[in-house]
Amino acid sequence: MALLTCRVVISGATGEDHTVQPQEVQPIQLLAPDGKLAENDVYGPYIAALSGEELRELYRYMVMERRLDAEATSLQRQGQLALWAPALGQEAAQVGTIAALKSSDMVFPTYREHAMALYRGIAPEELLTMFRATRHTGWDPRQHNFQVYTLVLAAQTLHAAGWAMGINQDQRTGSIPRDRAEDEIVVACIGDGATSQGDVHESMVFASSYELPMLYFIQNNHWAISVPTRTQSRGPLVNRAQGYGFEGVRVDGNDVLASYAVATKLSAEIRAGKGPKLIESVTYRMGAHTTADDPTKYRSNQELELWEGRDPIRRYRSWLDSTGEADQAYFEQVDAESKDLASDMRKSVLALEPIDIERVFDTVYSEPHRQVEAEKAWLKDYEAGFAEETTTEAGGTR
Amino acid sequence: MSAIKEMPMAKAITAALRDELAADQRTLLIGEDIGALGGVFRVTDGLQAEFGTHRVIDSPLAESGIIGTSIGMAMRGYRPVAEIQFDGFVFPAFNQITSQLAKMHSRTDGKVKVPVTIRLPYGGHIGSVEHHSESPEALFAHTAGLRIVAPSSPQDAYWMTRQAIVSDDPVIILEPKRRYWLKGKVDTENPAPDAFRAQVLREGTDATIATYGPLVPVALAAAEAARADQRSIEVVDIRSISPLDDETIARSAAKTQRLVVAHEAPTFGGMGGEIAARVAERAHHRLLAPVLRVGGFHMPYPPASQEHRYLPDIDRMLEAVERSFSYQRGV
Repeated sequence: MALLTCRVVISGATGEDHTVQPQEVQPIQLLAPDGKLAENDVYGPYIAALSGEELRELYRYMVMERRLDAEATSLQRQGQLALWAPALGQEAAQVGTIAALKSSDMVFPTYREHAMALYRGIAPEELLTMFRATRHTGWDPRQHNFQVYTLVLAAQTLHAAGWAMGINQDQRTGSIPRDRAEDEIVVACIGDGATSQGDVHESMVFASSYELPMLYFIQNNHWAISVPTRTQSRGPLVNRAQGYGFEGVRVDGNDVLASYAVATKLSAEIRAGKGPKLIESVTYRMGAHTTADDPTKYRSNQELELWEGRDPIRRYRSWLDSTGEADQAYFEQVDAESKDLASDMRKSVLALEPIDIERVFDTVYSEPHRQVEAEKAWLKDYEAGFAEETTTEAGGTR
Repeated sequence: MSAIKEMPMAKAITAALRDELAADQRTLLIGEDIGALGGVFRVTDGLQAEFGTHRVIDSPLAESGIIGTSIGMAMRGYRPVAEIQFDGFVFPAFNQITSQLAKMHSRTDGKVKVPVTIRLPYGGHIGSVEHHSESPEALFAHTAGLRIVAPSSPQDAYWMTRQAIVSDDPVIILEPKRRYWLKGKVDTENPAPDAFRAQVLREGTDATIATYGPLVPVALAAAEAARADQRSIEVVDIRSISPLDDETIARSAAKTQRLVVAHEAPTFGGMGGEIAARVAERAHHRLLAPVLRVGGFHMPYPPASQEHRYLPDIDRMLEAVERSFSYQRGV
């Protein structure tokens, strides 16, 4: 009963490590922080099956994301973005998982899945559109099989369940839409904080009851803004899956190879009709929650330093280097490419055209609505009045 | 063969659902107890047997889940019709309806359509317990992106349901549960007027009563009773709450020069105030009295033993009509 006698820590920068949970479940880890690959009969073969080029791509996407993140943060500091939510530290969790999926699998993200979005071919400026507040979203979900970001967290997990119900129904009736794959599965992303939302519970109930082809991908980055995971859950989040009657696996989210292997295994099982699965990816938000946040108020430097020692990119680079899968020239090439990405992104973000409010009027409904049309017409007349005055004033200087 | 049949409103809705399920493979029903039981009001009676458990889906007891998964199905191309069992149980789904369903089309710049229909049995006068008699329409009307209609007759119920399902926008149908067993003719071949327009049900010259859903029969009865006092009352069935056909309502008010708006929902912050403002903007100079409102009070829906004192009835409507006659213009 050691669990119950555990000292309760609510939150606060006490200097202790908030990322240790009272009940531990050892996460699957293949690559240790020192860059050594462990033998693993279950997950090892998935890594052995990867080509050198595939291994290098994992690295490349992580570096691209980190550079994008840094550039976005500086754009925000310069007043060019309304907000930015950095994914710094979560690159391996995201890249490893998305690389294990098929491009035809539909992803329902939160608002921090930048590496996953990049991997799906969403351009940096499309990704930043919402953060520059020129439009609410910058991409077409169907084009990338990647839904738009959700800010009211956990709502998207129910949309994911509904989408998966549609998949089951399509398969049952043999009427799979032309633009969808026959073996599609759905990924519902959430963070540790959002697991407390009721919609996650309802989503998991639907997923379990209707045996939906869903993968819940929880990135436990240990902080929901300022509140540690232990305030969301006294036990490891992975254990929640059991309560709904499906399997969950805890993985070291700072290990891109383990992330890839676990997601590959589970997604194949879901595809084979085994129902929903859950991944708790244990990682760390090395940056602030958003650019409006100050993490020094609630977490300690020691904790940050501890997790910097588990940096996902450095760990993987050292393994690529030691195994000869990548050499110095490759690393330099990726660095150069990431610098180009940043400078191109800066230009394209600054060139983003804001939406016209007329377009907002036009998209409130897809069919005509009397009040919307009347208000749109009123605004046009009202603003035209100013234009006339300006013309008169200009023409009136005799 | 005639397509006109006499049936209660509940059965008219059943017929509409059956016809849409038959017309489009992508129409699905989802809700609590809508399968074997046929719903607590039996509106979906027999539909699961006819169309199967995968098109008439018994859901877990989870309203946010019902609406949230309906959104996901709609995103994929289905046309889900979600039943919320009672008005008071819609609130667990409030976030999904107002922050997700209503905004998805606009948020995605029109790229994602969510043709979800929400059937919401609403209103009181059924002698039930707490949370079973509410009128939450103003909360939804205030949210851009939703369409809201309220049928008052079996004919309207049939056609509004069909029009709601084929609409590409989310539509909430407020089904006046106390009128489920009200019988009327349903013509399944000739559509009722556009679901999103108001309709003058009874012509009059002295005052207008505008209302919707369960109070329409009450307004018609009030107009009939007023005839004995030589008052000629026009009755407008508002039918659509969003969009609101303010033009038809204002035209009637300008003609009779007096307007009473009635609904079961509390008057404070309600649709009556919105309608009063819009009519004043359009027809202020024509009105002989301020627009008067008849509605529920600013309180939680009371225990049913007191609902007869809470709900607008014929007398409350006529009192408002008489009050509007007591105003004198000018000096």
